[in-house]
Amino acid sequence: MTSIAKPIIPLVALPKNEIGLTIRDYEGAVSTLCAGCGHDSVTAAITHAFWELSTPPHSIAKLSGIGCSSKTPTYFVRGAHGFNSAHGRMVTIATGANAANRELTYIGISGDGDSLSIGIGHLAHAIRRNVNMVYVIENNGVYGLTKGQFSASADIGSRLKKGEPNAIAPIDPVLLGLSMGATFLARSFSGDKAQLVPILKAAAAHNGLALIDVISPCVTFNDHEGSTKSYRFMREHEVKEIETDFVPIRKEIHKSLDENDATEITMHDGSVVRFRSVPTGYDPYDRQKVEEYIRERRSRGEIATGLLYVDESSLDVHELNNTPDHALNTVPYSKLCPGSAELAKMQASFR
Amino acid sequence: MEPTNDRDPNYFHKVVDCQWACPAHTDVPGYIRLIAQGRFDDAYMLNRESNVFPGVLGRTCDRPCEPACRRGRVDGSPVAICRLKRVAADLKGEIGDRITPIPTEKNGKRVACIGAGPSALTVANDLMPLGYDVVMFEQFAKPGGLMRSNIPEFRLPAHVLDDETQIILDMGVDIRYNSPITSLRALLEEKFDAIFVGVGAPRAKGLELPGRHDEGDTNIHSGIDWLESVAFGHVDSIGERVLIIGVGNTAMDCCRSSRRLGGRNIKVMARRPREYFKASPWELEDAEEEGVEIVVNHAPKRFVLENGKLVGMEFDVLEWDEGAQHSTVLDTVIVPCDDVILAIGQENAFPWIERDLGMEFGEWDMPVVDEVTFQSTIPGVFFGGDAAFGPKNIIWAVAHGHQAALSMHAHCMGNSITDRPVLEMALSSTKMGMNEWSYHNDYNPSSRQKMTHIELSKRFESLELEVELGFNAEQTAREVQRCLNCDVQTTFKAPLCIECDACIDICPVQCLTITENGDEEQLRERLSAPTVNLKQSLYVSAGLPQTGRVMVKDENVCVHCGLCAERCPTAAWDMEEFELKIPYAKDSGLLTIPVRRASTKIEVGS
Repeated sequence: MTSIAKPIIPLVALPKNEIGLTIRDYEGAVSTLCAGCGHDSVTAAITHAFWELSTPPHSIAKLSGIGCSSKTPTYFVRGAHGFNSAHGRMVTIATGANAANRELTYIGISGDGDSLSIGIGHLAHAIRRNVNMVYVIENNGVYGLTKGQFSASADIGSRLKKGEPNAIAPIDPVLLGLSMGATFLARSFSGDKAQLVPILKAAAAHNGLALIDVISPCVTFNDHEGSTKSYRFMREHEVKEIETDFVPIRKEIHKSLDENDATEITMHDGSVVRFRSVPTGYDPYDRQKVEEYIRERRSRGEIATGLLYVDESSLDVHELNNTPDHALNTVPYSKLCPGSAELAKMQASFR
Repeated sequence: MEPTNDRDPNYFHKVVDCQWACPAHTDVPGYIRLIAQGRFDDAYMLNRESNVFPGVLGRTCDRPCEPACRRGRVDGSPVAICRLKRVAADLKGEIGDRITPIPTEKNGKRVACIGAGPSALTVANDLMPLGYDVVMFEQFAKPGGLMRSNIPEFRLPAHVLDDETQIILDMGVDIRYNSPITSLRALLEEKFDAIFVGVGAPRAKGLELPGRHDEGDTNIHSGIDWLESVAFGHVDSIGERVLIIGVGNTAMDCCRSSRRLGGRNIKVMARRPREYFKASPWELEDAEEEGVEIVVNHAPKRFVLENGKLVGMEFDVLEWDEGAQHSTVLDTVIVPCDDVILAIGQENAFPWIERDLGMEFGEWDMPVVDEVTFQSTIPGVFFGGDAAFGPKNIIWAVAHGHQAALSMHAHCMGNSITDRPVLEMALSSTKMGMNEWSYHNDYNPSSRQKMTHIELSKRFESLELEVELGFNAEQTAREVQRCLNCDVQTTFKAPLCIECDACIDICPVQCLTITENGDEEQLRERLSAPTVNLKQSLYVSAGLPQTGRVMVKDENVCVHCGLCAERCPTAAWDMEEFELKIPYAKDSGLLTIPVRRASTKIEVGS
């Protein structure tokens, strides 16, 4: 953390987005995380993504549970709605909020402890329901708030700061998601905003639950020699399977990716995500092959990153449950609560 | 790009925009911090080290530092550096015991200074502590040169000037008043070990138009001569209607002095539009506040004298093209007046230097003077101030004086005067603990404080009444916090960096970037924030350990808040206070001893 807040410097001509806001308008309170924490870089990437998407801050809902990761929503988009829930229950609150108001953009920030230990049951069912939200796991392999014990995502053989190796098999959130029927799965690295920002933007446009596993090194308890979630390990073992470029709706298409072997997918809202597989032949639409790729990389000690799997034909929680088209707060009261006469009529129909 | 050599004193010196722009390289952020701490004596002494006359300059300096000030690039208004200098001078206590002691045993060398203006006094200030006998020849009865004769007392009270000149004279200077030098030959025959010429640019430029020498021309004055007569009490009144020809700072002093000596209807007549004026904007504002009218696009044509009396002046009314290169005459008008003051510039004159002495004269009949050593073509005869390269201002004269003193010392000691002492620097961390710094690092959004002036109704009661009242305590407290501490440098140690992006994310002005290395043009294209000022350097690191990319910092708008260093988990960034070690004659040891480890050999003036 820093001793002073990031000051607003007046006459620096900061560029504005489509709704006239500067990137500083998408920032939040002063971070109280350790200096150099990967989570702060994820915060910066989220700030960039929402600013570039020109999402109105009041149309964003940010949610979290408990853990270092769950502090981070405070640090971005100060004008958004927010909810800091009980440990592992971020996605349950998000599901409820989304059911009541489907018109907000939901972003949940969780950690490997919050999502893969105490909250794994809720995560599994939220994936099944395909709740329309961005679900970010800031994954550092340790419990930072309780001083650095192994978490459920620690790799076998990875060492604690004092040297003990981990012997228990890790949970890979992307493999978990594949087996639960997730429709958008990505992995990235906090130290690579060029990759993370377009993935976040595509995730926000995705119709359903977009799960992003972000390796976000714990600079205090898990950035040493022998760690498999350190800055250095990631830089040496990351394999980018796919490059992603997000093309927002109504925007001229930038040609930042080489078009020769690029494929495009149109998202639910009309925006376009363009892919180029780096080792040619990677297919982000084939659930079975994606799983094989990831397992193969893992067996070689490598970490596959990029937008690894996407299925844009899926139905989200509202479509699956045939809910009203708009937020419940826009439905007239007479319709929300039709009265006892209507109730009696309905009950009569069951007799 | 190659990694930046931040051991070159001039690299970080350039980051301190004010100090870089100041001819005397005064440590501005350093003295502003001392003022903030209430250490006025220390602030005054730090100032005096480089600029010798803090009280005078705190009122009259041309302030090259302020247009350069980084704060101006951030919120549009530079820090009021000049007036803060005055705060230190006004509030200082007794500093007599902090002036370098003068050795009782002299070194046996005698030097002569011609004139007792800012450059000559600086020479004496630098040489007296080394044991020299300094003989100073002054044409008037008081010291100060143009500081006394050309700057009116309502801008610079006599007691301020007296105090600061007296400090130097009290070192034991053998000053000889009312002693104009009329022959360099005669002076050379007195066998001084070195001679310093600091006679200024004493001759006003003339305006030869019809009527200039007709009967009644006693009401046509030349600006600097007239100001001099006012300063020494020879003139104490002027007519009600006064025309000032010219729009430099001398013109502003003439019109404001006229206002105090009986002038009621005063017009400053300019040939060109306002944006081409030479006067500093604040001096124009002060004159207009006092009711002086500034008339543009009027070219003087002739003096109108009737029956042996000046009655007016005729002007062509001009219209200028864009860029004010060519004009067309629209009309001709006669502006009635009682007096005309010509303030169209001044020039050098050396009638007392015999041309057969072997001194080479160049363009404009100016002596040929070396720009580094300030020596003329006669070995042992040095020039400085306006006498060296034509009219500049006080702070330049002081800077010349320091350099000339270095040369004179080397000359008298038998050393080579071209072998200049090296510029050195010191860097020391300001880190006091976890996120604690020895300077106030938070950005203060205060706006520039406005100088309070004495009320207009009282202002003209006497010529001596100082117009500017100085900053009060609240104004000072706010203004010092506007300084961005540009001398507290962001220094980077590439081997420690883990490329976590923390510094880049927290920088409030987006001046940091980690990117692939390239040439300067490529790097500037890849900066987080677009590059807008090519005059400011890029600070480029060596290749970073994990990816081989480089850290690039655009020095342009860094506000030195230290957040990069607070956020850095490995202390790769640090905030280090930069101190420029400028060699003066008293540091004469520097002429011979080798450079220290941390420093690189850089010639002064390079």
